[in-house]
Formats: sequence, C-alpha cells, structure tokens
Amino acid sequence: MGRARTITRRSLLVGATAIAGGVAFGAYVVRRPPANPLAAGLGPGAATFNPWVRIDGETITLITPHADIGQGATHMQALLIAEEMDLEPGQFVTGFGPPAAAYYNTAMADEVGAGISATTPVPPAYASAAAGTIMKVLGFQGTGGSSSTPDSFVKLREAGAMARETLKAAAAVETGVPVADLRTEAGQVILPDGTAIPYTGLAARAGQIAPVEGTPLRDPALWRYIGKPTQRLDIVAKSTGTQLYGIDFTAEGMLHAAVRTSPRRGRLISYDASAAEGMRGVVAIVEVTDGVAVIADNTWRAFRALDAIRFDWGPADYPAEQSEHWDIVARAFSDGPLNAVWRNDGASEERLASGEVVEAEFRAPYVAHQPLEPLTAVVRVNEDSTDVWTATQIPRFLQSVVGGVTGHASDDVRVHNLYAGGSFGHRLEAAQVRIAAEIANRRRGVPVQLTYSREEDFAQDFPRHIAMARARGKVADGRVTALDISVAAAPIMSSQAGRLGYAVNGPDAQMAAGIWNAPYALPDFRVRAFEARGLAPVSSWRSVGASCGGFFLETFLDELIHAAGADPVAERLRLIDDPVARRVLETAADMAGWGRAPAPGRGFGVALVESFGVPVAEIVEVAATGSGIRIENVWVVADPGTVIDPVNIENHVQGAVVWGLGHAMNSEITYSDGMAQQTNYHDAEGMRLHQCPEIHVRVLEDNPVLRGIGEPPVPPAAPALANAIFALTGTRLREMPFSRHVQFV
Amino acid sequence: MRLIVNGQEAEVDVEGDMPLLWVLRDELGLTGTKYGCGIAQCGACTVHMDGLAVRSCQVPASAAEGAEVTTIEGLGTPEALHAVQKAWIDEQVAQCGYCQAGQIMQAAWLLDMSPDPTEAEIDRVMSGNLCRCGTYPRIRAAIRAASAAMKEA
Repeated sequence: MGRARTITRRSLLVGATAIAGGVAFGAYVVRRPPANPLAAGLGPGAATFNPWVRIDGETITLITPHADIGQGATHMQALLIAEEMDLEPGQFVTGFGPPAAAYYNTAMADEVGAGISATTPVPPAYASAAAGTIMKVLGFQGTGGSSSTPDSFVKLREAGAMARETLKAAAAVETGVPVADLRTEAGQVILPDGTAIPYTGLAARAGQIAPVEGTPLRDPALWRYIGKPTQRLDIVAKSTGTQLYGIDFTAEGMLHAAVRTSPRRGRLISYDASAAEGMRGVVAIVEVTDGVAVIADNTWRAFRALDAIRFDWGPADYPAEQSEHWDIVARAFSDGPLNAVWRNDGASEERLASGEVVEAEFRAPYVAHQPLEPLTAVVRVNEDSTDVWTATQIPRFLQSVVGGVTGHASDDVRVHNLYAGGSFGHRLEAAQVRIAAEIANRRRGVPVQLTYSREEDFAQDFPRHIAMARARGKVADGRVTALDISVAAAPIMSSQAGRLGYAVNGPDAQMAAGIWNAPYALPDFRVRAFEARGLAPVSSWRSVGASCGGFFLETFLDELIHAAGADPVAERLRLIDDPVARRVLETAADMAGWGRAPAPGRGFGVALVESFGVPVAEIVEVAATGSGIRIENVWVVADPGTVIDPVNIENHVQGAVVWGLGHAMNSEITYSDGMAQQTNYHDAEGMRLHQCPEIHVRVLEDNPVLRGIGEPPVPPAAPALANAIFALTGTRLREMPFSRHVQFV
Repeated sequence: MRLIVNGQEAEVDVEGDMPLLWVLRDELGLTGTKYGCGIAQCGACTVHMDGLAVRSCQVPASAAEGAEVTTIEGLGTPEALHAVQKAWIDEQVAQCGYCQAGQIMQAAWLLDMSPDPTEAEIDRVMSGNLCRCGTYPRIRAAIRAASAAMKEA
C-alpha cells in the first residue's frame, strides 16, 4: 500500500506522464484482489462470494458499484448479476455498498489510454492496461466517462456465475447430489427429482465453502435479460414519489442547514448576521471555509436566515468580466502552452500556407450542470467515526475529504451513497460534502443536512470548460482536402482533478476530444490544443471535451463541404475510415431519407462525432415559423457494441439529444464582477417540452467493444442543429449558445 | 395552522409565509414533492390545491389553509396506481426521476381539464415542468397512453 500511496500523492490518474513513463507495480500488488468489503460484519448464516453478492437466510443483496445518477446503474448492474445467478426481479434487494477498493473502475482507463497513445509512442492497448493498473491499485471507485456498463459487463456476470456455482456446491454438500446433476432457476437450486432449495436456505452452508471460480459465462443466446426490454427496478418508486434521493434522507434529530460561500470563489472578508440571529428556527450561525452557514430546524428557515445575512466578499482569482475570459482564451493560441499536437497527418501546415483557404473561428461558453436535485449531504460526526449520506460519484474521495475535517481516518468515514436526482458531472465534486462536514463538526453527534438553494448551486457550479477553435481548411475538385484545427481551452482534467488533490500533467485528451479522434482520413489533418490558464475553475460536463470539439469540427467540416459543393453526408462517408462509424452515418441518412429536397421552410443538418468510443450520427430537421426556428425531427444512430436494455438505451439517447440541443440553444454561464450572472433556470433553461422534436433512435451493435451510452449522443446535437440552421437560413452559427444569433420557438 | 393533505387533517405550527413545499417536506415528511428552483421555473414541486395544479414553492402556508392539498403520495400508491402513474411506468419515463412527481401531478391535472388533449395543449400545459434528463418524448407518450386508458375506464 505504501507504493500506491506514493503514486497517489505525486502523480495522477488521467495524465499521460506516469503511464507513458512506464509505471511498474509488483505483480503481486496488481494481481491481488482487493478485500471484499461485504465480508466485514457478516453475521452467522450469511455468505458473500465476492464484493457484489451477499446472501443470508432471508435476503439476497446485489451491490451496485456505481452511483445511480439516473442512468439506471442499479437496474442494469443487478440484471447483469441476476442473468448468471438465475434470479428474478423481486427476489433480491440492491444497495450501493460501502466505499471500497474492490469497486475500482478500470473501464475509464480505455479513454485515458486512447489519449495517451495519440500523443506518445505508447500503443493504445498498453496505455489502457497501464491506466487500468493504476486505477486498480489505487482502488479508484468512480462513476463517469460513460463507463458504468463497460466496467460491469464482464465483472458482474462473473460475480453472478460465481454465486450460482457456489450455491450449487453448497446444495451438493447438503444433499449428496453431485453438482453436475443440479441446476438453478428463479433463486433456487433444483435437484434431479424436482426438489427446489431456495438460495437463502443454502446461505449458511455456502458461507463455509470456498467460492467456485472460473466458471465460463453463458452463451449470449441463453440470455434472459440482456438485450431485452425489462422494467427498471426503480420505475415504480420514481413514478409514485417513493424513491428516496439524497435530499430526502432524514435521520433522528436531524437539523437543516444552508450555506453561502463566496460567489467569486474567493475569501469571505466580513459578514453581519445580526438580522438573522433572532429569526425563528435558527439554531446556530457558523463560519465555514470562505462562507457562512445557518443551522435551523427547517430548510426554508435556514434559507431565509441566510438571506438576512450581509456579506462582503473578496475578489475572484480569475478575471472579473467575461470579455476578459475570452481574451485569455484567444491569447492562448499564441501565448498559451501547447498542450499537445493531437494529430498531424500529412502536411497541413505547408498545404494551407498558400492558395485559397477557408477560415473560421468558433466559441463554446462555460455551461452549468444543474441537475434538478440540488447538492445535498447529511453528515453526522460521531465520537470515533463520521457518517455521510449523499449522492456521489466519488465515494472514496469523500472519505478522505471528510476525514480531513472531522479528524477521523478515511476508513472511519462511512459514506452511504444515495440515489441522485441527476448529475451530468456535477456530483464529481467534494466541496458540498466538505462544507456539510464542517457544519456538522460544530454540532457533533447531531445529523445535519446541508441543502444548497438553487441560487447557491448555480453560483458554485464548476461549469463546462470554455473553449475556442481556429480552423483552416482547403477544398479542391469538390472534395475537402486539408484541415488544421487549433483549440484553445481551459484545461479540464487538471482543474477538476486538482480539486481532488491530484496534480495532473501532460496532454489532456479532453481538450480536443471529438476532433483528434474523429473517424476521418483526410490527407492533411492537424489538431492541436493550447492551454488557456488563469480562467474560472471548470469541470466535466456531460460528454466533456467532445461537447465543444464535436461542435467545432463538424460545423467547420460542413463549411468546407459547402465550399467544395459536395453533399454533407456523401463527403463525410468518403472521408470516414472506420466501418462502424460508416454504418452509423449511412443508417442515419437512410432513416432521415437524406437526399430528398426539404419541404418549403425546412432545412436538414448532419453531424457525426465519436466520443467515449461510440460513433453517433445525428440529422436534424428545422423549420422556420413566424416566431422563430423550431426543431422538428432528429434521427440519431449510435453504436455502443452491445445493448443491455433497448428501452433504457432509447430513453438515454433521446435524453442526451435533448441535453445537447437544449444547451446549444440557450445556455451559458458568463461572469461579471467575478460572479456567475445566471442564478436560476430562468437564465439557463435548456430545452423545455414544447421545444422537443420527434427523436427517432436506432442503436447498432457492430462496435467490437462494448461502450457506455450516457454521453456520446450529446456532441453531435449542437453541430447538426447549427448545420440545419445554415441549410435553412444561410447563416453560419459558430458560437454557442445559438440564441445569441437566432430565435427559437 | 390546519391543512388538509391527501384527505387527512394536519396541524402544523409554521409561519404563514412558509411555502407549502417546505411544510410538506420538512414538517409533514412528505418528500415526494421536490425542491428544484424555488421560483416556479421548474415545476418539480407541483401539487394539487382544490383540484388545481400549483407550484407549492409559491403557495404560502396561509393560502393553503383549509384547501384540499393532494401530493404525489395522495394521487396513487405503488399498490393502487393512478392511471397517469401507470402510464408513466408502462412507458418507462423516468431516468433520474427527480422531476417526475411534478410532471405526473401536472399531467394528471391536464387530463382532468382536457381528457383528450391536443399536442398544443400538452405543450402549453407541460412546458413549465423542466426535465433535465430530457424524457420529454416519453412524457408525451405517457400522457397519450393515460388519456386513452382513462377514456376506456
């Protein structure tokens, strides 16, 4: 463990240097499975075969190793176990399990590995394996990067198979019937004479024998759940108001708190709480880092008292005005450090040095995450331990952050994960839980719930990175021949990981994501990224770098194709060098009937972006109305390799399209006087129901690698919309949000 | 102060200007009604008051006194679903689900007023309810399914 700690401190999870430099762990450290956290406190008569299955005389518990932020992790992951374990819905309960190294997530390593191999001589497979090794040794338990399914797909089926075979072995011991003559069905071991023994009746015996390992996984032809529509395990609770979210958690004697920290992310100079002190329900007014919290007997009373406090805030350590932020980004093209040359095929620099060149500049603003459930956490500081109840994507980080406040060792900080009312990257942060711990630490023994007001949540949201692109290209003989794109952006990973205590160095694969990994073979194609430093702190926002990069590349490519006089789909198909991406685009074109003349007052636009290993094509149809542009139809095709649940995946693809379109239409965060100017949803709406088009989804399964779907349909939405608006109006939109330039119905 | 919530009388000792939302959540423990924005921009806190869909974050407790308040818990239960809830389950609308109590309360009111709503009516009545996950296509489908089911019933 000493070795892993060293790595933790001085190095990084997501940067290239450690991996490209050849990280070496002892083989024993890498191969040794982390301890099973379910084994601790296992009562008599109970059994656990691996970190995902626990069984006793009454209950079968399946652990969900990832946060459930709306993507359906609980449902999908339980089904993967149940598929092999022969369980029916209703025969088990689910739980998030404790924070533990056993729940390390290696699927995020593929994304890291791809970025490393693009900028170093390290081959992708080695880079992914090395990144995965680091994640395993560190016990990196995280949810993000559309990795929940890829991380679980094999692991959890193996866990189910191991449980099934161990229960069969237990039944063999109990009955004397050879294992080969036993079968399983619906939570029971069935003997040759038809006698059925419930798994729960075998728990005690199963706990006394060694888990049976190495059982081959079932032939996909035998799958009962995977690939078929199933009713989400949480759908009844979420349709009846009975689902418990982080904000709904209550504990005996719990108090309620609200907080205000510096809207400039700077210092608190002074405050005057005299008007709040006597207000009804106020229990205490306490200082926290860079702010003040009110503890009260009710959330609203805490909000109201906080509003009565007058604050004097120090300055921000980033520019006060938005125009200065853009100036920094623009200067980075010449002054900023070069983060990486992500791609340099052919000789685009020489090719573009003379002759007729198409040039354009693009902008993507800061954008807030703002899931509908605001940030919350309940913390109770006990004598020797701390309990935290919250919805989080980074439970193990919270242990050390909270322990740092309460003085308890990380292992003595119990993080109880809860369902999240959305995230989109918002719950990859620890600040709200640290503040809740600071507050609860002032009232030891009493559980205190911190709830962010929507306004505080907007003010403290670490937004999507701000970025610009300068693009140059050439066309000849009806073809696009050369492309050179430079991105200047706030570095995403170093900002976000820095808040968690990691120093990230080296190339940041997200800064030009959606561009350098585009599935196009242009003879001359260069992609570079420059770091714009000194900006507001930023974070991962659903689809991260590709949400900007995909917009830059696919909008500019559309300009070039237009300049070449070519067809937007045909020319993209000519450039595509990847058969999976080709089928995705061909299928979308078929679905949309691409090539037909648009009806009067209508226009079509197309975009293809690959992110997190999933190519997604979208075709948008817009219409001009008397009161603005209306989005009529979106045809979307994605290929994540394997579909777990066709209903859930359609829902998520549609939702990702809504997310991509809605924010491209009207959402941004701008700073003035060092503060975010947008304070609530009236300032940053995203899409509302009346604006939602028909969204026609098809999911292909040709991708040789199984991937996640939460993020990849986001990036093509904005450029497909921009390109459709160009087709309709002749106006090129090179800046999000588009509402700065056009009106939407 | 005496409230009638889901058919039951409840005595609460709160300021008259405390929003009904927080009376329901923090005083009565009815957490199905959600806080989203506090300024009537998201609809997550939608409940029925004397049969009318209202944003409970904008209703002072004093204004709710004596009125019949129905929350998502009172509309139907997992054992006895309202037709709209059943449609929401059948269409598998929810992702994170946080907005859905408000969506369902708004949709139930829409179908009370207009049992066979036009697309324009659905747009008009439902656009005050934000869904950050983007489940709008399924919300539309569930409203149509509930409308059909309620006509048959």
